[in-house]
Amino acid sequence: MISMVGKAIRRWWALFALPTFAAFIIGFVVPFIMGVYLSFCEFTTVTDGEWVGLKNYGKALQDKEFLHALGFSTAFTIVTTIVINVVAFAIAYMLTKAIKGSNLFRSVFFMPNLIGGIILGYIWLLLLNGILAHWGKALTYSATYGFWGLVILVCWQQIGYMMIIYIAGMQSLPTDVLEAAQVDGANGTQTMFKIIIPLMMPSITVCSFLTVTNGFKLYDQNLALTNGAPSNMSEGLAMNITRTFYGRMGWEGVGQAKAVLFFILVAVIALLQNKLTTSKEVAA
Amino acid sequence: MTDNNKVKHPALWTTLFGIVSLAWIFPIVLVIINSFKQKAYISANAFSIPSGKAFVGLENYTRGIETTNFFASFGWTLLITVGSVILILLCTSMCAWWIVRVNNWAAKLLYTLFLFNMIVPFQMVMFTLSKLADMLKLNTPWGLCIVYLGFGAGLAVFIFTGVIKGIPQELEESAMIDGANVPRIFFQIVVPIMKPSIVSVAILEAMWIWNDYLLPYLTLDLGKYKTISVAVQYLKGGYGSVDMGAMMACLVLAIIPIIVFYLVCQKYIVKGVMAGAVKG
Repeated sequence: MISMVGKAIRRWWALFALPTFAAFIIGFVVPFIMGVYLSFCEFTTVTDGEWVGLKNYGKALQDKEFLHALGFSTAFTIVTTIVINVVAFAIAYMLTKAIKGSNLFRSVFFMPNLIGGIILGYIWLLLLNGILAHWGKALTYSATYGFWGLVILVCWQQIGYMMIIYIAGMQSLPTDVLEAAQVDGANGTQTMFKIIIPLMMPSITVCSFLTVTNGFKLYDQNLALTNGAPSNMSEGLAMNITRTFYGRMGWEGVGQAKAVLFFILVAVIALLQNKLTTSKEVAA
Repeated sequence: MTDNNKVKHPALWTTLFGIVSLAWIFPIVLVIINSFKQKAYISANAFSIPSGKAFVGLENYTRGIETTNFFASFGWTLLITVGSVILILLCTSMCAWWIVRVNNWAAKLLYTLFLFNMIVPFQMVMFTLSKLADMLKLNTPWGLCIVYLGFGAGLAVFIFTGVIKGIPQELEESAMIDGANVPRIFFQIVVPIMKPSIVSVAILEAMWIWNDYLLPYLTLDLGKYKTISVAVQYLKGGYGSVDMGAMMACLVLAIIPIIVFYLVCQKYIVKGVMAGAVKG
């Protein structure tokens, strides 16, 4: 069924749809298609691609630093996803209760999100190096320090963001269900695990989706805090790919192949994760 | 109200969260303190209070502003952010309305492409996009606004289509019967209804663009234009040592406008975050 309004505005496509579509072609569609094509080519700039088949993918998968970065990003994503979601959920739970100053605390926890990754990285570089200086060490001393430094930074940044989403979810929990649980004599733990968490699954889906994809895509904080030091051992996937493009002459094709693999990884994880947590959702 | 909202020992919780909140803002306070220290003292002892020889007043600030040309970067960042956000709001809201109301195969295809755009990481298009932008002479702040519209369209279209699907079409139909033309219907009837979501999208996109590093770094002609993030990263330079004093001052200068903005628009920012949390 096509409505009267629909018919009328269809003719206005040049004004309504074309500007966004044209920018979208330039800013996304063409670079994406070229990117996929060039991952099978050897090139130094986008116009001199020479078809080499799967060679770039072979090189990418044999690159030890790439595999290390994959491991680094995976471990990083698992740790941050768990810590951020558990802590943000707990804080949100407490701050929806009658506690004095809870609005002020929410504002404080959220604040780091507005600051850019580069700036955040240098703020924490100062603080963490200041602490490590007591033992005569620095963040770049070993990849373990870099890893946990990044974990602390990203948790500090994102807990407030996820907290806001969880608070919104908790405020829309149906009160009659919670009251019924209370009348039936459910204790705190039972209410939490049998009622609140199942009803909160939509928020949990969104937050874990965001933390997982943010974990893999992490770049700015990585660059500012450790820049991969020591010897690229604290380097995540996004950083490894960027460095392959711009840091190694003649490796542009390999960088593009890595980027395609990265895209597939992020897309598959996002879809799987979404399916997994959505299947746990219940209706009140 | 039920007992569900009560906690045991509320005063204890307030104290606990108060302490955690202080710890939460400590990193920023530390940067502010260090911005008044002579640079040699910053790495040596980050936690000391600047006094005596270590205190340099505003020297770090003048040096930081000079070496990074901070105010120029601030201006370009502001221009790019405001320009892109306005462009994104205008174009994507129109596009979203078109997609929802036309709803034919072309509109559906376009919508699917926008959804797809949301899960593609920037690294995937990084190289080709920056080269393409260069070829099309989009390496200026104005050109960058178009790039942001293109790469950032997905989320905005997604949120707007969700809102427009909830607007009853009868309003638009009766306006049409009264003789209003299509642009007029959109701007006088649809836009006012969409206002809350427009504010939310504006906040989300502004937070992203203001803080973005890689896209401006790769796309802009850096000899002429730098954004704040790029300028701060430039302080680090190649392999040379970092001027920690100038760095601290620039960090403070970068944070202050954000905090002011936050204090003024907090309500809208929180709403924006919640609007962005719609499930894909």
